[in-house]
Amino acid sequence: MSTTAELLQQASAQFPDEVVTSAHVRHLDLPFGAGRFALITLDNGLDHTKPTTFGPASLANLNTAIDQVEKEAADGGIVGAGITGKPFIFAVGADLKGVEILKEHEHALAIGKGGHEVFKRLAKLAVPTFAYYNGAAMGGGVEVGLHCSYRTVSKAIPAFSLPEVFLGLVPGWGGCALLPNLIGADKAVSVIIENSLNQNKQLKGQQVFDLGIADALFEGADFLEQSLLWTAQVLKGDVTVERPVIDRGEAWDQAVARGRFIADSKVHGAAPAAYRALDIIEAARNGDLQQGFDAEDQALADLIMGGELRAGLYAFNLVQKRGKRPAGAPDKNLARPVTKVGVVGAGLMASQLALLFLRRLEVPVVLTDIDQERVDKGVGYVHAEIDKLLGKGRINQDKANRLKALVSGVLDKAEGFSDADFVIEAVFEEIGVKQQVFAEVEAVAPAHAILATNTSSLSVSEMASKLKHPERVVGFHFFNPVAVLPLLEIVRGEKTDDASLATAFAVAKKLKKTAVLVKDAPAFVVNRILTRFMGEIQNVIDEGTPVEVAEKAVEPLGLPMSPLVLLELVGPAIGLHVSETLHGAFPERFTVSPNLKAVVEAGKRGFYVYDSGKPELDPEVAALLKQGDSVLTEEQVRERVLDAVAQEIGLMLDEGVVAEAQDIDLCLITGAGWPFHLGGITPYLDREGVSERVTGRKFLAPGVASVPA
Amino acid sequence: MPRTVRDVVFVDGVRTPFGKAGPKGIYHETRADDLVVKAIRELLRRNPGLDPKKIDEVAIAATTQIGDQGLTLGRTAGILAGLPQSVPGYSIDRMCAGALTAVTTTAGSIAFGAYDAVIAGGVEHMGRHPMGEGVDPNPRFVSEKLVDESALFMGMTAENLHDRYPTITKQRADEYAVRSQEKAAKAYADGKIQQDLVPISVRRTNPEAGETGWGLVTADEPMRPGTTLESLSGLKTPFRVHGRVTAGNAAGLNDGATASIIASEDFARENDLPVKMRLVSYAFAGVEPEVMGYGPIPATEKALAKAGLSIEDINLFEINEAFAVQVLAFLEHYGIADDDARVNQYGGAIAFGHPLASSGVRLMTQLARQFEEQPHVRYGLTTMCVGFGMGATVIWENPHFEGDK
Repeated sequence: MSTTAELLQQASAQFPDEVVTSAHVRHLDLPFGAGRFALITLDNGLDHTKPTTFGPASLANLNTAIDQVEKEAADGGIVGAGITGKPFIFAVGADLKGVEILKEHEHALAIGKGGHEVFKRLAKLAVPTFAYYNGAAMGGGVEVGLHCSYRTVSKAIPAFSLPEVFLGLVPGWGGCALLPNLIGADKAVSVIIENSLNQNKQLKGQQVFDLGIADALFEGADFLEQSLLWTAQVLKGDVTVERPVIDRGEAWDQAVARGRFIADSKVHGAAPAAYRALDIIEAARNGDLQQGFDAEDQALADLIMGGELRAGLYAFNLVQKRGKRPAGAPDKNLARPVTKVGVVGAGLMASQLALLFLRRLEVPVVLTDIDQERVDKGVGYVHAEIDKLLGKGRINQDKANRLKALVSGVLDKAEGFSDADFVIEAVFEEIGVKQQVFAEVEAVAPAHAILATNTSSLSVSEMASKLKHPERVVGFHFFNPVAVLPLLEIVRGEKTDDASLATAFAVAKKLKKTAVLVKDAPAFVVNRILTRFMGEIQNVIDEGTPVEVAEKAVEPLGLPMSPLVLLELVGPAIGLHVSETLHGAFPERFTVSPNLKAVVEAGKRGFYVYDSGKPELDPEVAALLKQGDSVLTEEQVRERVLDAVAQEIGLMLDEGVVAEAQDIDLCLITGAGWPFHLGGITPYLDREGVSERVTGRKFLAPGVASVPA
Repeated sequence: MPRTVRDVVFVDGVRTPFGKAGPKGIYHETRADDLVVKAIRELLRRNPGLDPKKIDEVAIAATTQIGDQGLTLGRTAGILAGLPQSVPGYSIDRMCAGALTAVTTTAGSIAFGAYDAVIAGGVEHMGRHPMGEGVDPNPRFVSEKLVDESALFMGMTAENLHDRYPTITKQRADEYAVRSQEKAAKAYADGKIQQDLVPISVRRTNPEAGETGWGLVTADEPMRPGTTLESLSGLKTPFRVHGRVTAGNAAGLNDGATASIIASEDFARENDLPVKMRLVSYAFAGVEPEVMGYGPIPATEKALAKAGLSIEDINLFEINEAFAVQVLAFLEHYGIADDDARVNQYGGAIAFGHPLASSGVRLMTQLARQFEEQPHVRYGLTTMCVGFGMGATVIWENPHFEGDK
């Protein structure tokens, strides 16, 4: 038994639940009399909904297959060898479940080495090797092909990527070392760094070919046949593969610098994966692959044993799993059908909601408002947005006709809502107004209709309290921009019944939103945490810390934008309003900043001017600020802000605002764009000791988003 | 409005290698529609002069038109093959003569002026769709003795044909079968067959059937080179005790697909497409269903009569070898020797296989190759028997004919 096989066997013993991929070896006669060929098929024996992955036992299977092929190649029994996947899937990389259970640095090191030892044998066979990317290929799937002499790719493949950096790893089975040596450092940086940090952007077959990763591109209908014909031509010398010469000079430096710039702008140094990958890419310039592979092993092991990866995997699982099966949602069979939707209000928010319901549900949507002009404007907005989609080719003319015919606006709620199954209000944030609106809707809507509110800060129970049927009221809190942010906080009022709640979740699913069940508590989840967070930033500014120090203090969190830029996006007036509401609810913790008030009163829409091309504090705002004389350092600011956030999360968990800390993180990731590599925020607060310092406990059990004990 | 009948030509034809039906067959895990789709795509690759937008019809035959052979295969195969959505398609069924009928039906439309160029072909995956799958014969067939009970069992109809031609013995049938295997093996050795085969990737997950994973099929699976009279003599006669029809002197149960381009001659010339054969005439004829193997004889009589030709004018024959007896009956009727060199020069279905509705175009593709090689031949024919008592014949003219020298 070789050492590789032993290594994999040991690793396999720790991962009994692996979905094992087989590596079938089948022989065939190539066309044109090109000779006998061995083709390895990676197949986990399941259908395409369960993509093929590599765990230790899977790698061992591939190793055994290569044993056979290696011998045949050495004996002259074959002229070449290939590797491909089951229908629709090539291979999607390492089995992440096997990574999550690793506790020891040496085991993590073994994972990297195991993959390398197996894959690199493909490059050392006595015959040329070919990878046929027939379907989805990610991570280790892409990498196994990179070790081959040649690659073809199907035009039909939907997803091809090296997503490791996105998750908190590096492409560690050859990706960092091989890819820049194949296609040049700049393109490699695009694939490994830029795409990964751009929400894990996937490549299509054509791009894989255009980038030079694959040497030939064939259509899906007869991809494997054409790949094998091409293989025969290459082996016979009828086709010569020419690859561009790689610029190993200044272009390489520029590429790595570009990668660092991208990483800085996305994670601000807060997550190590991208930087580790860039270090290996940088060193790969000399073409010494083994040196690169060793560096990959080391980086993988370090990252696997680090908190960022665990947080990244935790976040990935939250979005992929918990986001699709919301905790606490009632039995979905209780949901009632929604065949018509009413929207109260025809302002911008209401119109955006109407558009979303229209596009996703494709049922009649009726807008109402207090005068015809507003109604016409709302419907006009929806029509204009449909035309934009048509113009971009996202929908065709028939679909545009259908959608336009489905949206209408009326003044009379009785006319609009008498047969609606779901009515959502997006009127002025004032409890009396909302109660009035719901009373009017209840008077005309069918008895089963859900009454939903898009309130961001008012009590859903109070809103329902004066109705005859308060059990059908739910909070349906979207995040701006509605079309972009996936989160939908679904609020259960005191009297909301299961059927109404189930219907709300069913609608959320059709809207393709990530629904999280939250209690009817002030400002729910995201706004409460963001307001506490912003409030603390404002406090330190008000007390005397310079704006730029306060802003810079939270950069290591890798948030999508700085606090004051976010406030500008939300609108200072709205920010002030929410802070007043929360101050009303929790005066001891939520303050109302006099400086913010001054800014709002001065009619300022933001804090910065962009005349120089980058944000600078607006001198008019600077003149308004009245600051104290307590100047904090960045570290001190960060500590105060994180302490405040940890305190608030601890209280929210105590109050039962959500079922678990996981829901807080899911909300922050999908509703506020907080980064994957922090796992939202609670893994970071646990890791940095903030949660224990402030609340006396960790928010998550060990191993949930950290290295298991 | 005045019309001119237009000349119709066979531009090109390809086929998949044929497989053996059943769980160990090469195509057991391959869809029927994928087979025909890959044949169509190969045809288009080989004929870049044919702008896919100019294809007026896709006519695809299958006997059992359900599952992956259903859903109006001509239309769905066109979409799956990547033809423009503007290209229509339909399905055809005349059992074994399906692809042949796809050719003649579209050819008639081309002559009439309705089409300029079409794809015509057929597929039968007898592993996924065994003969008789889902059939529901009207009970009146039997109660009113409209047909003999043996009519639905092709092997029995072949035994019946032996009865009609008592001089065609099992020995003669076996000798014919051995020659078919020999000719097919020689045609392979000479590279005559491979040039019109479309390689097909095939997946296998059942280890009992052989190596698992993806493979590539580049040759016909049913071939049995080296078949001898001795090896055939001991085979069972499953259709009749002490009968004459065996698995050795009949085509097997097979999977495969064919496709061809049929066009008006003017269109072919204008678009620089090859003209491999020119259509002269075609005819179909019905006979007693219980002797369906007799069908090619009256069908050929009709086709010859329409063409104003006699059998002496035909110098190449491609006769579908559903059963050796059916070929021998045809030859006996026309006074042609069993081993006449003009007949099935590359061997036939006994060696290659007979995936029912696909076979007609295989005959044409082979005749077209023989025309190319033999410019002294002016006329040839393709003929086949058809279940439920029919025959189908197409007479072709060799465009390479160099005149009587």
